[in-house]
Amino acid sequence: MKFTIQWLKEHLDTKLSDEKIIEKLTFIGLEVESFESISSEFDNFKVAKIVSAEQHPNADRLKVCDVDIGQKNTIKVVCGAPNAKKDLITIYASPGTIIPKNKMKLSISKIRGVTSHGMLCSESELNISNESDGIIELSSKKYQNKIGNKYFKNNSPKILDLSITPNRPDCLGVRGVARDLAAAGYGKLKKINYKKLKSDGSQDIKVSIKKEKYQGCNSFGSCLIKGIKNVESPQWLKNKIISLGQKPISAVVDITNYVMIDLNRPLHAYDADKIDKEIIVRNSKEGESFEALDNKKYTLEKDMCVISDRSGVLGLGGIIGGTRSGTEEYTKNILLESAYFDPSSIRKTSKKLNIETDAKFRFERGIDPQSNLDGIEKAAKLIQQICGGKISRFNNQKIKNFKNNNIKFEIHLFDRITGFEIKTKEIIKILSDLGFGTKLKKNIISLEIPSWRPDITQPIDIVEEIVRIKGYDHIKTIDPEKTRLKPTLNKTQKLFHFLQRSVASKGYVETVTWSFTDEKINNYFRENKHQINIINPISSDLNVLRSSIFPNLVFYLKKNIDRGFRDISLFEIGPTFYGKEPGEQLTVIGALRSGKAIRSNWLEKDRNIDVYDSKRDLVQTLVEAGFNKEKLYFVDETPSYYHPGKSGKVYLSKTDKNPIAFFGEIHPNIIKNLEINTDSLVCFEIYLDHINDTTRKLRERKSSFQYSDYQKSERDFAFIVDKKIKVQDLVNIISSVDKNLIKSVNVFDVYEGANIPLDKKSIALNVNIQSSDKALKENDLDNISNLIISEVEKRSGAKIRS
Amino acid sequence: MSDIKKIKDEYLAKINNNHNLDNLNQIKSELFGKNGIIALEFKKIGSISANEKKQFATNLNLIKDELQIALNKGFKTIEAKEINSKLQNEKLDITLPERNFNQGKVHPVSQVIDEISSIFSEIGFSVEEGPDVENEYNNFTALNTPDNHPARDMHDTFYLDKKKEYLLRTHTSPVQVRTMNNGKPPFKIIAPGRTYRSDSDQTHAPMFHQVEGLHIDKNINMGHLKGCLNYFIKEFFEVKKIKMRFRPSHFPFTEPSAEVDIGYEIKDGNIVIGEGDKWLEILGCGMVHPNVLKNVKVDPKKYQGYAFGIGIDRLGMLKYGINDLRAFFETDYRWLNHFGFDPLDVPSNYRGLSR
Repeated sequence: MKFTIQWLKEHLDTKLSDEKIIEKLTFIGLEVESFESISSEFDNFKVAKIVSAEQHPNADRLKVCDVDIGQKNTIKVVCGAPNAKKDLITIYASPGTIIPKNKMKLSISKIRGVTSHGMLCSESELNISNESDGIIELSSKKYQNKIGNKYFKNNSPKILDLSITPNRPDCLGVRGVARDLAAAGYGKLKKINYKKLKSDGSQDIKVSIKKEKYQGCNSFGSCLIKGIKNVESPQWLKNKIISLGQKPISAVVDITNYVMIDLNRPLHAYDADKIDKEIIVRNSKEGESFEALDNKKYTLEKDMCVISDRSGVLGLGGIIGGTRSGTEEYTKNILLESAYFDPSSIRKTSKKLNIETDAKFRFERGIDPQSNLDGIEKAAKLIQQICGGKISRFNNQKIKNFKNNNIKFEIHLFDRITGFEIKTKEIIKILSDLGFGTKLKKNIISLEIPSWRPDITQPIDIVEEIVRIKGYDHIKTIDPEKTRLKPTLNKTQKLFHFLQRSVASKGYVETVTWSFTDEKINNYFRENKHQINIINPISSDLNVLRSSIFPNLVFYLKKNIDRGFRDISLFEIGPTFYGKEPGEQLTVIGALRSGKAIRSNWLEKDRNIDVYDSKRDLVQTLVEAGFNKEKLYFVDETPSYYHPGKSGKVYLSKTDKNPIAFFGEIHPNIIKNLEINTDSLVCFEIYLDHINDTTRKLRERKSSFQYSDYQKSERDFAFIVDKKIKVQDLVNIISSVDKNLIKSVNVFDVYEGANIPLDKKSIALNVNIQSSDKALKENDLDNISNLIISEVEKRSGAKIRS
Repeated sequence: MSDIKKIKDEYLAKINNNHNLDNLNQIKSELFGKNGIIALEFKKIGSISANEKKQFATNLNLIKDELQIALNKGFKTIEAKEINSKLQNEKLDITLPERNFNQGKVHPVSQVIDEISSIFSEIGFSVEEGPDVENEYNNFTALNTPDNHPARDMHDTFYLDKKKEYLLRTHTSPVQVRTMNNGKPPFKIIAPGRTYRSDSDQTHAPMFHQVEGLHIDKNINMGHLKGCLNYFIKEFFEVKKIKMRFRPSHFPFTEPSAEVDIGYEIKDGNIVIGEGDKWLEILGCGMVHPNVLKNVKVDPKKYQGYAFGIGIDRLGMLKYGINDLRAFFETDYRWLNHFGFDPLDVPSNYRGLSR
């Protein structure tokens, strides 16, 4: 909403300064976006000083100048003027500037191999004179301290730009803004003195509103003005239109626009001679079409509110008029429309047809339904003043009568909500200044809501009116109480935070990426999950919700590798999606490591990052989070984006239904297809929702502290087993031989090759044996060793290596 | 008697003057060998008269102990010397680089969420969450923003179906709806999380983070709202005083509504929060609209309270001097390492929010 303070003062009697008014506007809820002169094409010309002028390396007649334009760094400009020299103060035009003389737009360009950022100007280029022999020489005395300032003074008035919230259509008119300021004690709202309009004869174009279901028009006011001359607007009107950031067109169009901004009363002017006999406001029929004033042809659906004549559609009521009945320079007779259209009907139609106009914006928010006459009177009078002509009587068709809303306002609601009290007298003053009808009875005010305030429907809205006009600074600051209703974080949230920092502590750098991704990359990681499309994506390569953390992670990993990084550890914790119903999402940690675990250095030889690195990071994280390492159960089936031979999944215990994590190498095909240039790429992912954590606290889950001081013994075993036998199984067999005595089993060698059959491997294990109630003797140890050997041989088909 | 004393003095002197391992060993065997001097002296006991025997044996034992101690000391001294001289030759260049390590980092958004949670935890709020995909009802309708309302245009929404039933939540406010639908008042919650709007330029990202706050009880008024936010902003920016102003605004789900600005100034190119005469909008808030309470089956005649929504990313940018919002989500390894936080830097009350 743009206008000038001067315009505001046509409605508001005030002596307050612009600054005061602006400050108050913000404090009553009409936020000031800016208060500036319209930028002019002359703003780009700045006073500048040549710091140095060197000969151009490739051209005899050009110079390369370092120019001080009042910024931190000087700017390089190539200049052909013979008078360009060090310390000269002149005028500089930045790239993007249009040069008045030839209307050319400057750009950053290379002149004989040297880049020039803008231009130094001659008087002729600025249309100041015909002097074109050299650049302007400004007096150093006068301009020494003005380097960087605009050369031309901007004389245009300052424009106030308000950001009006959608609940306040009344403030889309200057008068509405004035009313609010007056209520806040910042002036007096001027009365509108309508002189009786001189009207002559009846409005002889018949207007009818069809009574239909979904009829979007409640009332249609109109008058005919005959014998006008649609001249150019006078300067005062042109200035107003320009201040809105618009171009003046013709008196009739400018006047309707002016009244719209002045009173928030959209109007439409038809060339009356182009109307076929009568105006019919009706619902559109499927497939009807018309050409609108934006020069586009619209094909309508059923039940859109159209203004038509006998030949068909003239325009969309309250949204846009049509070219067929538009006013032109030679228009002699006009029909002026001032109607009320239903906001939801306007919104529905404009959304479907994708039309944005000023009128639509206003009708959609709610025009004062009682303002048909006010608008038409103001406009008709101006038209007559400027264009001449005879005004007919006002005709107002309606199918619904407007009734003001009434609210009973219980005064104590105010202090209940705001926490402070205000005198009833003051409440009544504020509300009546805002245009409310008020009647006090005991503690209840009966209010009649002004017709221009469709936003006010219940008592709470009245509280807001009073408190915003009184000022939010009257609200007390009550210190918060430190009472707690329940713990800050629940168990799952605690786990989330713990795992996040635990993974980071393993050297991973956390990132946050979009929840959506590129369908093509997502497909590598989607498995059999649904693809969830975004209907209106921000770009075609962010068109689906991610099925996994990895699509984005891999994408950005590649970007960083392309930046020259090699050994990267990245992770993200966040949502992945398997359906478009709310809640069909899983919280997952995805972590990647690329490159080498060790780059060769003076201590160590280099080594690629591998599966067991990511397995360590994963297992350590789980153990730190409080899960029992001995119970973790590993299986070598994984999603297809993993290397089939170098990956695994993890269950918190063998009996669990869902794996809680995967780890392994990313499938080499994906690395190849995405052109990721790395020595190695491993990853793990943890599914937080699959962790069926007990409700017991960690301290409650700990067993009582027991230890043994008896001698600890070690025995080493080497078994020859089938290649397909897993170490995990072997360890489990050994551990279960005697859970009390066998404290730990460690793998110290795995060997395949010479001396071992092709389908076999050798596994060497170190077993720790300790009793908690006696010192074990040699033959106890022999017994248990034999038992280990026989159990392993029996249950895995292994042979002890002799 | 004088014999053994003589021997003692002679050997003590020898031991003390000898700092050579071989010589000491020689002395040791001369004194304590099978046929060493001490052994020979002990053999004499048999030939000594009964009344002198006891005295002789006592003296001899004392001398033996004394010599033994001196000898041990001699050995220790030599050992220490030898170790010291050996270590001299083992001197490393400790300026050579250490073994490689990787320092992990926590993203600024995560850190700021933890800071926010820590502050609100102090005044009794608990953390709630909601799904990123929402239905149209929870995101708009229940929040008093019906389909035909222009306020919907303030949110550029990502939709997941043509009927516009499913969408990516445009704010964290639907968590209010879910929380109140699933429980009974009073409510005192915050809900941080991802939010989405389909605009993207220098200052807007299609995804960003908000934290929602909701406090509903029997007599919670705008004064409590002011107090809560005043406390939060002061704690978050870790300043003693904060300049803050409430401005009337409009959100369909609160009435009255306000936007909150904080005062700042630019000092040496850096933004200083809490001083100065410039204003920066940082959040929207208000008293929960009675229509919203009715929609979630809370009686607005009995219960009332406030809600607020704060942009997390923007708070982080202000506090930690980050200029570009989009950089948060671009996974530039250099940026993440520069602005990220050490995982041990857990914001808490007793250690302070930030170092």
